[in-house]
Amino acid sequence: MQINEKDKSNRPNENPVPSDENFTPLIVAFCCNWCSYAGADLAGSGRLSYPAEVKIIRVPCSCRVNPTFILRAFQKGADGVILAGCHPGDCHYSTGNYFTRRRMTLLFSMLDYMGIEKERTRVEWISAAEGAKFASTMNEFAEKINSLGKCRRLGDLRCV
Amino acid sequence: MNRIGVFVCHCGSNIAAAVDVKQVAEALGREQNVVFSAEYQYMCSENGQKLIKNAVKENALTGIVVCSCSPRMHEATFRKTASEAGINPYMVEIANIREQCSWVHKDITAATSKAIILGRAAIAKVRFNEPLTVGESGVTKRALVIGGGIAGIQTALDIADAGYKVDIVEKKPTIGGKMAQLDKTFPTLDCAACILTPKMVEAARHENIKLYTYSEVEEVKGYVGNFSVKIRKKARYVRENLCSGCGACALKCPSRNSGNEFNTGLDKRGAIYIPFAQAIPNIPVIDAEHCIKFRTGKCGLCQMNCAAQAIDFSQKDEIIEEKYGAIVAATGFDIINLDKFGEYGYKTYPDVVTSLEFERIMNAAGPTKGHLERPSDGRQPKTLVFVQCVGSRDTSGRGKEYCSKICCMYTAKHAMLTREKYPDTDVYVFYIDVRAPGKNFDEFYRRAAEQYGVHYIKGMVGKIYDDGNGNLMVRGSDIIANEQLTIKADMVILAAAAKPDDSARSLGTMLTASMDTNDFFTEAHPKLRPVESPTAGVFLSGFCQGPKDIPETVAQAGAAAVKVIGLLSKDRLKSNPCVARSDSLICSGCSNCEKVCPFGAITYADARVNDGTGMETRRVAVVNEAVCHGCGACAAACPSGAMDLMGFTSKQIFAEVDAVCR
Amino acid sequence: MRIESDIILGKVKRLVSDGKADRVFAWKKGNFCYDTEPSLFTDNYVGFTYDDFCAANLCKFMINESKKDGKTLVLIKPCDSKGLALLEKEHRINRERIYALGVPCAGKIDMDKIRENGVKGVIGIEEEKENVSCNGDENLIIKTLYGDKIIPKKSVLYDKCLSCTDKEHVGCDEVFMPELSEDTYDGKKFEGVKKIENMPSDERFSFWRSQLSKCIRCNACRNVCPVCSCVKCIFDNDNSGIASKANSDDFEENLYHIIRAFHVCGRCVDCGECSRVCPEKIPLHLLNRKYIKDIKELYGYEKEPALLTFTKSDAEPSVIYERGEKNV
Repeated sequence: MQINEKDKSNRPNENPVPSDENFTPLIVAFCCNWCSYAGADLAGSGRLSYPAEVKIIRVPCSCRVNPTFILRAFQKGADGVILAGCHPGDCHYSTGNYFTRRRMTLLFSMLDYMGIEKERTRVEWISAAEGAKFASTMNEFAEKINSLGKCRRLGDLRCV
Repeated sequence: MNRIGVFVCHCGSNIAAAVDVKQVAEALGREQNVVFSAEYQYMCSENGQKLIKNAVKENALTGIVVCSCSPRMHEATFRKTASEAGINPYMVEIANIREQCSWVHKDITAATSKAIILGRAAIAKVRFNEPLTVGESGVTKRALVIGGGIAGIQTALDIADAGYKVDIVEKKPTIGGKMAQLDKTFPTLDCAACILTPKMVEAARHENIKLYTYSEVEEVKGYVGNFSVKIRKKARYVRENLCSGCGACALKCPSRNSGNEFNTGLDKRGAIYIPFAQAIPNIPVIDAEHCIKFRTGKCGLCQMNCAAQAIDFSQKDEIIEEKYGAIVAATGFDIINLDKFGEYGYKTYPDVVTSLEFERIMNAAGPTKGHLERPSDGRQPKTLVFVQCVGSRDTSGRGKEYCSKICCMYTAKHAMLTREKYPDTDVYVFYIDVRAPGKNFDEFYRRAAEQYGVHYIKGMVGKIYDDGNGNLMVRGSDIIANEQLTIKADMVILAAAAKPDDSARSLGTMLTASMDTNDFFTEAHPKLRPVESPTAGVFLSGFCQGPKDIPETVAQAGAAAVKVIGLLSKDRLKSNPCVARSDSLICSGCSNCEKVCPFGAITYADARVNDGTGMETRRVAVVNEAVCHGCGACAAACPSGAMDLMGFTSKQIFAEVDAVCR
Repeated sequence: MRIESDIILGKVKRLVSDGKADRVFAWKKGNFCYDTEPSLFTDNYVGFTYDDFCAANLCKFMINESKKDGKTLVLIKPCDSKGLALLEKEHRINRERIYALGVPCAGKIDMDKIRENGVKGVIGIEEEKENVSCNGDENLIIKTLYGDKIIPKKSVLYDKCLSCTDKEHVGCDEVFMPELSEDTYDGKKFEGVKKIENMPSDERFSFWRSQLSKCIRCNACRNVCPVCSCVKCIFDNDNSGIASKANSDDFEENLYHIIRAFHVCGRCVDCGECSRVCPEKIPLHLLNRKYIKDIKELYGYEKEPALLTFTKSDAEPSVIYERGEKNV
């Protein structure tokens, strides 16, 4: 049957099919207890939806997140890792996120340098009052990871 | 062996409507180590908690996972339940399946499978939970206030009135601070001395307050509730217990070369002196640098004239060691050095003075007995120019970037007082903006401009110079009229930027209290904990935390006192057990953790360790659990993994990550 | 001018007889002229040498040496001195028990590069006598079993020496004949990093994949590194959750290099030993130097290790998304 372009565009669910049809991304979100985890709670009480692929792990402060946690998530199959903390200057422990900012900037820069898609990692500052920002950040991030597809490179870094 | 119980809450329909709670309970019941799994309508209710308690007893549970609302809501509740059921409260983990699942995911299948995964993560974590006990330490029921200005005095009085002992350490020979030097206070124009001196007297007489004047803090050790402080009481060369404060010594002193600090150096004082008439304590001090006896060995006139025989040239500095439960920093402010602002000609022209100097000139107890006389020739000036923002809001790097906050109002006050006492004067004020957002402040400023005829000129002064005939010429811009103007002035008053007192920086280091780049003490939270330092047990009062006027200082002083009283009222301090812990077998003593700790909770000790390669002495990190807040910065900074955070150990987080990614 | 081993030995002997130290940590000749090795000399100096093949960094040995009673004299090249300073700063050595004698360095020779030049049977190296310039343009006379070969010095220096930009000794008790530390060679420290940065991400990935695939996890890079001085390495600790076990997967091998680079991030003294000792010739220093370059660009050089300090106006992590090509 011949379908002209116009008809095609009008039909629902005819978006470009991702290469991996059954791909649902796995996203790990490390959230600091005082700001971003509370922001996620606020997104919840505001019923602001975001994809169920986002799984939150609570940490006291973004500075608790050791780079090994992030790498471990990728190792075990995460396709994207996001780290959310209080805005710089608002850290519950006063300086934690300043260290996070440096650590993650350098780590993610290194991953990029090694050819791993930099869009798979992200740091976002989300306050306890920013439920909407939490939801929109997660939606946007999930969409990005969805278009990137399965994370293979970190695991493939050494399999020539 | 782990025996974990899983409790899935419906939260009415809040969870159950979007998550198949039965399926969650069943799925989680099949997880390793899970020996009990149930769902219930309201787990936080009396009956829900009873269900948990019974399950703990009947199944000899070692760990509890509650799949419910946010842990920020009911973690404390379920910890208490666990504790009542006889297991350690820290053996509880919450899977947040309401805020972060049922409320945000519309698809029941997706939400249910996410709820199961979150439950698994909590189970994985609780397997590695360790029973934790809340640490306890005693509290020394005595507070130390560093700085004896209005901030320190008010804090001390409030603490003392509540029945606690408090010591004030003041580096100057008298308490009173900057406020004692002021003439009138804005916006009410009441006299500073009239409201301050009664408080000084009250502080001196208070049975709970001890004053250490002419003293400085030299060393601070310990932690919240248990500080140990060394105070250097500098030699006054006057025996305080004998001196009657008659002042005969000061009158007889032949040395008249020292600038009188209290009058900002505008007149001279003797080498033995009482800073001002209302000084507390009213005991003189010998300035050894200028004393003829100390310099040449001959003189001793003061000693001969002292009926009480209180002069003691052999007195030495004394070190006092005292224990405190809380420390309040109230080190106040000073004005910046104007050396870098050559364009204003301060120090070049004697009639260019700072506002603080002007304050003394206008003060009835000052060097001119309150008569407006200019320093160069003692004549009464007819034209006065006030220059605001001298070094405040300065981005040139010479001054301070912040607004000193008090200058607009005291300049309005000076201008108003001048016009009131000397109606024949012309008063100009150069300003960038007038900031008058306090109670009755804007009215006050407008009164100066409108009723008292003070000429406010929006613009900055570019240069102050001598026209060759001994007249001060002030060249500035009026940006509203858009013109350059030059005013022939008899006197110029500079509103020099205020900065934290120089002693603040070294005190901050001693207290391990964090400071910003301007040397203001940092508050624990800019909005919610403005009078506490991030360092537990250290509180902030007055200007040392940020620019403040007197009412704000007094308010903050009271707030700091309340926090101190709250601390001292406790017999034992309970500490959060979710703190960092260092494994001395692995620690290399590299100090990386110490550098990222915002609370100064990490110290180093030599430990005898044997990691299997033989006994040796090693430098290892030690966490003071009473001081640690549990942020975990150290744990992520430690390359070897020796440092870990209880409640959020690397193992626990790895387990969660693994479970989430399974 | 050539650095004579005997002159250095003479200096060492004088210091020991002056009571500055009780023993000496230096290099010792091996079976061939090019296989010198770190060695402790306690009563005699048999085999002592300091020549163009003494590339090994001795500072890490001081962790154990300084636990012993008495004092150890250690020979320290300019690049080693930074490692020694870091070990002191991180309290890993007892500096009082060490006498650090700074020795000059004019770059060290990579035997593999000589071999790549087709030269075999090397028995010694001399500098051309008539060429007295010290700018690295001189030629070397390679003495071999088959006669002398002349090779430009630059062509056989270690990569780490070619890009060396800093011939200053820091924190030594004494620096001997510093004038002999010849100037930097190409000094293009970040060239290698820039080259990789300029590749498209696919190419970067292939590059690192081809390099890291060679790793046999011998741990030589870690063991030689003066910054990797943990009492117990996290990779050796079964409890750490990231230690690789016998059945470790490739992923863990990848993490090893990423984590190791991160652990030395901001602390790395850029001595280049990791790449030098790698039996598979993986350019590991290009990982560390990437961090050094980033730190320099993002935060400016700092005395403090970059990860242990901050400023309120630090760059946001988003800077890395704004540069280079996008993958989405």
